[in-house]
Amino acid sequence: MTETNGKSLISLENLKVHFNLGGGGILDKLTGGSPVPRVVKAVDGVTFDIKAGETLGLVGESGCGKSTLGKALLRLTPITSGKVFYNGKDLANSSEKEMREQRKHLQMIFQDPYASLNPRMTVGNIIGEPIRTFGLSDGGSVERKVQDLMETVGMSRRFIKRYPHEFSGGQRQRIGIARALAVDPEFIVADEPISALDVSIQAQIMNLMEDLQTQKNLTYLFISHDLRAIRHVADRVAVMYLGKIVELAGAKDIYAEPLMPYTKALISAVPVPDPEIESKRERIILTGDVPSPINPPTGCRFHTRCPFAIEDCKRIEPELVEIKPKHYAACIRISPENPYIEENV
Amino acid sequence: MNEKNGTILSVNDLKTYFQTEDGVVKAVDGITFELKRGETLGIVGESGSGKSVTNLSVMRLIPEPPGKIVNGDIIFDGVDVRKLSIEEVRKIRGKRMAMIFQDPMTSLNPYLKISTQLMEVTQLHLGHSKQQAYEHAVEMLRTVGIPAPENRIDNYPHEFSGGMRQRVMIAMALSCQPELLIADEPTTALDVTIQAQILELIKDLKKDLGTSVILITHDLGVVAGMTENIIVMYAGKVFESAPTKELFATPANPYTKGLLKSVPDPAHEEGKPLYQIPGLPPDVAHLPPGCPFAERCERAEDICEREFPPFVQINENHHSLCHFAKEVYAESINQGSTIS
Repeated sequence: MTETNGKSLISLENLKVHFNLGGGGILDKLTGGSPVPRVVKAVDGVTFDIKAGETLGLVGESGCGKSTLGKALLRLTPITSGKVFYNGKDLANSSEKEMREQRKHLQMIFQDPYASLNPRMTVGNIIGEPIRTFGLSDGGSVERKVQDLMETVGMSRRFIKRYPHEFSGGQRQRIGIARALAVDPEFIVADEPISALDVSIQAQIMNLMEDLQTQKNLTYLFISHDLRAIRHVADRVAVMYLGKIVELAGAKDIYAEPLMPYTKALISAVPVPDPEIESKRERIILTGDVPSPINPPTGCRFHTRCPFAIEDCKRIEPELVEIKPKHYAACIRISPENPYIEENV
Repeated sequence: MNEKNGTILSVNDLKTYFQTEDGVVKAVDGITFELKRGETLGIVGESGSGKSVTNLSVMRLIPEPPGKIVNGDIIFDGVDVRKLSIEEVRKIRGKRMAMIFQDPMTSLNPYLKISTQLMEVTQLHLGHSKQQAYEHAVEMLRTVGIPAPENRIDNYPHEFSGGMRQRVMIAMALSCQPELLIADEPTTALDVTIQAQILELIKDLKKDLGTSVILITHDLGVVAGMTENIIVMYAGKVFESAPTKELFATPANPYTKGLLKSVPDPAHEEGKPLYQIPGLPPDVAHLPPGCPFAERCERAEDICEREFPPFVQINENHHSLCHFAKEVYAESINQGSTIS
């Protein structure tokens, strides 16, 4: 984990990404389709900053909108409303051409190293493509630069002519990282970069990403459903539920003292590799699944599964409030005066 | 049911090989383990370690060719499964031993209603009439915690979430009250909150029905709370087998130790880089003559690359495949006492 100088590299202001599923038209009414428009509110009003040099962890269950948020940051999915500032420049309202220029600084690492590399391209071409596209070889040969990158991510430069299928999952993820690094970016969205990998390889990739961060002063948005991994790599953690950030705090604080019932449940659900602890611990088992993001629950979206929900939770949509210093949570049952929900019952 | 504490399954020197273009892949190469009635055994390993093939062999589900069980006994409740005809195996499979797979999306038939898929099992194995089978299916869905099962039973799989589909798989597997349940990565495709629900469900059902369970996973956290005994597999071999508490407290194999250390652990970090096992899992088609883990092992000496390691007995229930098993075990004991 690196020192942050407190300057925001990325800021989101009320970012929304909605997907229209149709419905609500004349034909829908006549044919018995959905009489109201059906809209997936994948990201529904997210505001936060990512500071230069830090790793912000983003956790949540599948379908909560975390990947969509990551893509929207890089404009890889259309933004419905809101702003995304990178170094003070609003990406949400930039033209395609300006955006292309910015992608030199903003890169992404994908979850599935099997699907995110073109099987018909050699490693050299995969990593070399962004260098050629942006003309970044600085007069030297592209191949030379590719080989340097391969070494940076811990691969032998001899493999430059090989194809993705000749590599294991971990090696492929290294290729994906090298490709992202090829343009010398400042900011990388890593979307579940270790989920598809074996346990012993996960540690290698996490360490590699941390080393690169220190060497190249990178800023990461690290998206994962694995709370153990997030805890290890992140400086701060944002917890997402059905399109909204429900808690945001320093990594240590959020694990030591989660304030939101949802965060508590998430953390308590993670099995600990220690039979002594496992045999004693009491889990908070959430009932039911994540509700559908199409027409999500009113009020607090978590109220359908929350053990502490009261009538008001169904009506009032909670705001993200600074409950403790630099520790934000969105819950109407807690406040800076009464931060602990159990005591407010 | 036989006597209560008997052995339900014993596997002895099982070898399952696959014929490939790349040569013979010894996916499982001499596995031995025993499962007592009512117990849960964890099988831990990375991809390609042979943990799934072991259990497919037990169920006689190895596609042949290219695969073949070339050696070993698989004794299920006193009967050698290998000696049974396919007809006889079918009578046991699904009835007395059942399996849940990793991916509930692909293991249910998308064209058939949940009811049809659940009823098939009891109509076939228990001779239920349609009516009986339907009622039984509703009951099973209730048992695994599907709300309002009467209304959901005639849904199709796509109308269920991932967690609910896994519950349906469990309902199907438990329909005939099997004596042995094999769960192959049952929660890997699920969210942590849903994983907690499913693991709790398996635990409760095991308690209520007395089912013996084999839990296959790569997640050491999952087996810690669920199992009595664990075997750790690597490159088709059992690298270590021990009671769960002992394995976590005093591992006697460098691979197990490495796995345990590479899980991010809140108690011992603070900015330290994560311990990592170097290198990659080996290519099972081209294994070196010595210990398959030698080139990744921080403890390896010359002998490890030359000679295949012995399966050393540490105590009655604890074995480790390592030239230095006793030394590694002694180190674990010392480290344990310095921490606590």
